[in-house]
Amino acid sequence: MLEIKDLHATVDGKEILRGLSLSIKAGEVHAIMGPNGSGKSTLSYVLAGRDGYAVTKGEVLYRGKNLLAMEPEVRAAEGVFLAFQYPVEIPGVSNTTFLKHALNAVRKHRGESELDAMQFVKLLRETMKKLGMSEEMLKRAVNVGFSGGEKKRNEVLQMALLKPAFAVLDETDSGLDIDALKVVSDGVNSLRAPDRAMLVITHYQRLLDYIVPDHVHVLAKGRIVRSGDKSLALELEKSGYAAFAKEAA
Amino acid sequence: MAVAATPSAGGAYLERYADARRRLAAGSAPWLEGWRRAGAEAFRGAGFPTIKNEGWRFTPLYGLVEGDFSVDAPAAPFDQSRIKGVTFGREAGNRLVFVNGRLRGDLSSLKQLSPGIELLSFAEALASRPRLVEAALGTAPGLAGHPFAALNAAFAADGYVLHLAPGARSEAPIEILWIGSGADKPPVYHPRNLVVAGNGAHATVIEHHVGLCIGAYFSDTVTEIALGEGAVLRHCKVQDESREAFHLALTGARLAAGAHYDSFVHSAGGRLSRNEIHVALEGRRAQCRLNGAYLGRGEQIVDHTTVIDHVSPETSSKELYKGVLDGRARGVFQGRITVRPNAQKTDGQQMNRALLLSDKAEIASKPELEISADDVKCSHGATAGELDDVSLFYLRSRGIPEAEARRLLVEAFLNEVIDSVALAGMRLTLERNIARWMAGPA
Repeated sequence: MLEIKDLHATVDGKEILRGLSLSIKAGEVHAIMGPNGSGKSTLSYVLAGRDGYAVTKGEVLYRGKNLLAMEPEVRAAEGVFLAFQYPVEIPGVSNTTFLKHALNAVRKHRGESELDAMQFVKLLRETMKKLGMSEEMLKRAVNVGFSGGEKKRNEVLQMALLKPAFAVLDETDSGLDIDALKVVSDGVNSLRAPDRAMLVITHYQRLLDYIVPDHVHVLAKGRIVRSGDKSLALELEKSGYAAFAKEAA
Repeated sequence: MAVAATPSAGGAYLERYADARRRLAAGSAPWLEGWRRAGAEAFRGAGFPTIKNEGWRFTPLYGLVEGDFSVDAPAAPFDQSRIKGVTFGREAGNRLVFVNGRLRGDLSSLKQLSPGIELLSFAEALASRPRLVEAALGTAPGLAGHPFAALNAAFAADGYVLHLAPGARSEAPIEILWIGSGADKPPVYHPRNLVVAGNGAHATVIEHHVGLCIGAYFSDTVTEIALGEGAVLRHCKVQDESREAFHLALTGARLAAGAHYDSFVHSAGGRLSRNEIHVALEGRRAQCRLNGAYLGRGEQIVDHTTVIDHVSPETSSKELYKGVLDGRARGVFQGRITVRPNAQKTDGQQMNRALLLSDKAEIASKPELEISADDVKCSHGATAGELDDVSLFYLRSRGIPEAEARRLLVEAFLNEVIDSVALAGMRLTLERNIARWMAGPA
């Protein structure tokens, strides 16, 4: 599904990713753990195509295609999804309008017919019901006045609607209390599927109690220094990142 | 390029159109001709304002001063079905249509005027209600010493007159459509409009200015509004002139106690447009709201100037202007708020926000507060910014193509002020205008 090879990337001229390689197959959930400044968010933004993140070396193949050559909206339409660590507030755009535009843009790209207002609202209601979300969130502007938990649930809702093949969850646990974390994780788990891969990026092991990964990687100074199964996360929780930082040096 | 506008340019302008003035004078009552002559003399003295004049620093009148216009230009033939496309359909039961500033009775319709409401052209009113016109003319704030009010007076021939008896309420909005349509020579017209509302009267007036031609024309409009105690006037204006047009509009409103003037202006057309509103809050608890949504691109200059005079206690004014500027367009916002010594408990709020879509676009904001009372609440603010990169990326990361994402964000920016328009049909028109504008070239 996703093949990252020797990826180097700079932000403001400073090299953040320094030879990161990772291979993710359909149906797998990978976790990347790392301390602050290790390059976790940079990786997620590079994959989603944000401006200002310059890839200087290496490549990313998504379903065999050069992901880095695609505009952000093409990546999304091709099935790549980034759940933001800090979902963006957009005053003046209603959440419903936003979701409808997004879904129809993606459907159009996939050669599917666009949904009219009635069809869309029906799908939206069904999806929200499955995720246990209140419809009140639809009336407000995108993420404006949302609590931390609501913002993350709104990300999960977008994911559920857009049905990506590959989703990156960037620090989805940040800013969530334990109840909210559970709700969001349930939402994510309900979207696990044999034809869908996920990359869960997190600082803390806690999230991985809820979203249990198949593979865990430790990121330090812009490269993966250790890979293992979910027990690696527990090991990290005990020993801390210090030991791994040395390995990266 | 410096504009060689000196006071003599005023005299030269008057001479150029001396024939038209003579034709106007023939058959006019002495008082009217005296008033026009006073306007002409005032304009001869003042001339066209230049960027050296207070209030015109950011609004050069390139192309206007040296323009060769025709006062009585015949309109180029236009497809009348296009009128349908620019009016508000069922929301407008009463409509006056002016072509090059002259009433076209054949295109107008008055079918649902409520009792106590008179709507007629300025030319008709001079014949049938001369006392009403004479009493109202030239009394609005902001007109004295204004060069374009003087120029307008010198040539005023037509316009609309709306008279509301005390307590009269217009159920359907009153729509005024202004069509600019040049044939051989670019037309110039000087509409003089009067709105006189008795105590407790209510009305909604929608004005739509469109160009049904490609070329230039010059519209120099003066609208005088007098609201009696507790009277309410909603005044919506869509300025969608042709891209070569000069649109100068001066509105002066005088409010008695408890009266409410609610103005919304959408400015999108014209090579040069200036919408200037003066409001005198003369009676206790009089209030006004002046809102605007403007769009500029190419070389357009889009000027909004407001002057609010809080004369009496407990008066309030709220202003919100939001604009989107692309290309090399220039937006101008000048807002003066005066609070007289007696006007305690005044509430004055003013805000101008501009969204700049290109690095060549610019906005000049000039707030001026002159406060002579001590127990008042006044604020002003101005912001200029670009589209937010992070928001744009967020939308694109959900599959929304860049152009559509930009349009959503621009609409979102303007929504705050568009939402203040009470008429749903008007909001739809505005939303369509904005969407069409976004689809156009920079």
